[in-house]
Amino acid sequence: MKRRLVTVMILVLAVGGLAIAGQPPGTPAPQDGFVPVNSLPQAEQLPAAPLLIAAYAFVWAAVLVYVWLLWRRMARVERELAELSRRVQTR
Amino acid sequence: MSRVFAPLAFVAVALFAIAPIIVSHAPYEQTMGLVQKVFYYHVPSAMLMFISAFVCGIASAVFLFKRSAGADRVAVAAGELVVLFGMIVLVTGPLWARKAWGVWWEWDARLTSSLLLWMIFLAYLLVRRYGGPGSEKLAGAMALFGMANVPFVYVSVNYWRTIHPKTSVVMTLGPGMRSAFWFCAVSFGVLYVLLLTLRRRLEDQQAQVERLYLALED
Repeated sequence: MKRRLVTVMILVLAVGGLAIAGQPPGTPAPQDGFVPVNSLPQAEQLPAAPLLIAAYAFVWAAVLVYVWLLWRRMARVERELAELSRRVQTR
Repeated sequence: MSRVFAPLAFVAVALFAIAPIIVSHAPYEQTMGLVQKVFYYHVPSAMLMFISAFVCGIASAVFLFKRSAGADRVAVAAGELVVLFGMIVLVTGPLWARKAWGVWWEWDARLTSSLLLWMIFLAYLLVRRYGGPGSEKLAGAMALFGMANVPFVYVSVNYWRTIHPKTSVVMTLGPGMRSAFWFCAVSFGVLYVLLLTLRRRLEDQQAQVERLYLALED
């Protein structure tokens, strides 16, 4: 009973410790003021075209790969079907 | 192969070839700009993921309650297409989100529930593939569970606090965007029918192979 209690306490402390460790880091000190800029720094500007092209390319690629895999499987099964039909007929 | 297959394949390819041209002529969205055009492939893929989940669930129900082998083959075909179109949704969405929201992913109601739906049908395929004899019934039950999740995924944006656009977006599209969207939706729809037909045919042929093996053993 005592051993079970100690095990439960250790588990609770371990879970609590993990929860505390998983907390986001403390908020940074507040800024004294804002610095205005006329345009976003280069690092902040994310072009949309590569993302759009990647999305469309992925759709085409996924469909084409699936069709190709399907075609391969169908060819294999059709060969197997022809072979089995021949064996059944020659029996 | 059915007489309608070749014309259907031609129509699907033609529609898909024309779709990017139609999309390029659609107007830009005021706040999101160019990246919003991912919408024209992302939303039809999501629609087909949901439709395919329903097809898989209904076919599985017919298999479970009426023992229809044909229905089971349709269910397998539809299950694969849920995973395919779900994967398209889960990749094109973050590509759009990175620009529109500044993050690749958010654990909000719509995104999380869509991922879970996709994982349910991925599990369906794994059970079918590796579950051994008799796993079709367990997989059928999983498909019913997956189908029951679809309405929750759809309404999640309307009832939970979420960053994802609401369902009203499609119905309130402007004329230029509306025609491009429905053109892409029809293109995807034709593609879906084609892929379902092909995949179902593969299942039929595999069933035939199994019957011939049994005939040889007798």
